[in-house]
Amino acid sequence: MKTFWLLVRAGFRRHSTYRLALLAGMTTNSVFGFIRASILLAALASAGTAIGGYDAPTTIAFVWWGQALLGTVNLWGFAEVKDRVRTGDIAVDFLRPVDPQIAYLAGDLGRAGINLIGRGVPALLLGALLFDMAWPPSAVSWVAGAVSILLAVVVAFSGNFVINLLAFWLVEIRGITLLWMITGGLLCGLYLPVPWFPDWLRTIANWSPFPSMLQNPIDILAGRVVGDDIASAVGVQVFWAVALLALGQVVLRAGRRRLEVQGG
Amino acid sequence: MADTTLSQRLRPYRVLLASRARAQMQYRASFVTDILGTVGVGLAEFAEVWVIFHNVDVLGGLDFTAALLVFALSNLSFSLADMFVGHLDQLPRYIRAGQVDAFYVRPLPLLAQLMTSDLSLRRVGRLSVALVALGVALTTADIAWSPATVALIVLTVVSGTAIFSALFTAAGGLQFFLVDGAEFTNAFTYGGSYAAQQSQQVFPDPLRIFWTFVVPTAFVAYIPAVAILGLDDPLAPTWLAWLTPVAGLLAWGIAATCWRLGTRHYQGAGG
Repeated sequence: MKTFWLLVRAGFRRHSTYRLALLAGMTTNSVFGFIRASILLAALASAGTAIGGYDAPTTIAFVWWGQALLGTVNLWGFAEVKDRVRTGDIAVDFLRPVDPQIAYLAGDLGRAGINLIGRGVPALLLGALLFDMAWPPSAVSWVAGAVSILLAVVVAFSGNFVINLLAFWLVEIRGITLLWMITGGLLCGLYLPVPWFPDWLRTIANWSPFPSMLQNPIDILAGRVVGDDIASAVGVQVFWAVALLALGQVVLRAGRRRLEVQGG
Repeated sequence: MADTTLSQRLRPYRVLLASRARAQMQYRASFVTDILGTVGVGLAEFAEVWVIFHNVDVLGGLDFTAALLVFALSNLSFSLADMFVGHLDQLPRYIRAGQVDAFYVRPLPLLAQLMTSDLSLRRVGRLSVALVALGVALTTADIAWSPATVALIVLTVVSGTAIFSALFTAAGGLQFFLVDGAEFTNAFTYGGSYAAQQSQQVFPDPLRIFWTFVVPTAFVAYIPAVAILGLDDPLAPTWLAWLTPVAGLLAWGIAATCWRLGTRHYQGAGG
């Protein structure tokens, strides 16, 4: 456990070195936030009522929490593990006393932490300052929202970790990575709230792990999901976190048996 | 005589681009995957428009067909610009790795070399999504066709591509200063593309002014689309649609300045 915390802190420090990159990310997220907020508000004005349970202040909360969490949750994936599998460096990870999945998860949690503080919170405050934004309606929502963000980071990480491990069997996983990014980007609720989708698309989204990476924490923090529904939103996330972490372990073991490293 | 010199001068670029194109097609499977990937990106962008219109009939004064036309025009220009100069995005990586110096010692201008350093053929995927959308929008919309309409469409695509290319080039010039902060420029390259796809009526006035006069992406699709469809927007009169080349020229003026400042600022990788 102590090692885990050390690795989280190392991840946090590693990514906090690039301060200018954090500021740049925050600026870009904010510009997209302005554009998306304008579009969604125009849609609400045109509909004349709330759409899918989102009225104007909660829609603004949807937009800015989404932009704030975009850098926190690793939606677009990472290539580090894939590259290490391809070069054979993953063998070094297997020799370490910590399980590779746990070690990379710790690093990713650290990365998420600095991105939330350095990039997410400033974007969120900017949005709250310039728009009429709904805050989490109660203390329960705040706490559940925080837990939900943490789970979203874990779900996104563990999904991407499995994708990265496919490099054990495939020479090039770029196609699969792309497919994951495109479906994920659409279904996680970054561009538009999942409740706005037509029924069939919403059904597909709800059976996939993607809403657990963004839509669920946003729903809780924007106050669209309250009361007992919070428990089920978090429950779904716990399910996906556990399922994908377990799947990652299975794939990691299978890959380990397959791995052949040459040279001495 | 003058023709021969020009074609001789362009010859290195032709050879370079042909070799880049051939290189990409060597690995068939990965090339096809990449194209399918950009088709997917185009479809995902379209899905966003489509889902909104699943909930409302009119967005920012445009119905679905009009919104489709704006989407198509901006995506067409963006994917063309992305194909030709989108890889200027890689500049921070070249700067950090010291590879820019290698470009400097070759007997061709730096910008021309960087532009021909890649020709991202995979972007034809997104381009084809845009073309299909344009075809559907132009056939279903109620358009009073005339030679002027056709001319306006062609002019729009050319100027739109010029505007997006200028944004990429300006971003490239600023990379010499930013390096670690490379993502800053995404705000107006990719952000500009996102804004260009929208009806400009959705934006509050300050943003609308910004996307018209500072980063002129309103000219890429919305202003021409209003003219093509004969819609009524007091802030986008028909004559303004014919000024898209002016917006393109101004954007290139700024891009050239940024590029010159950037390359002057660059001191080399040392060593």
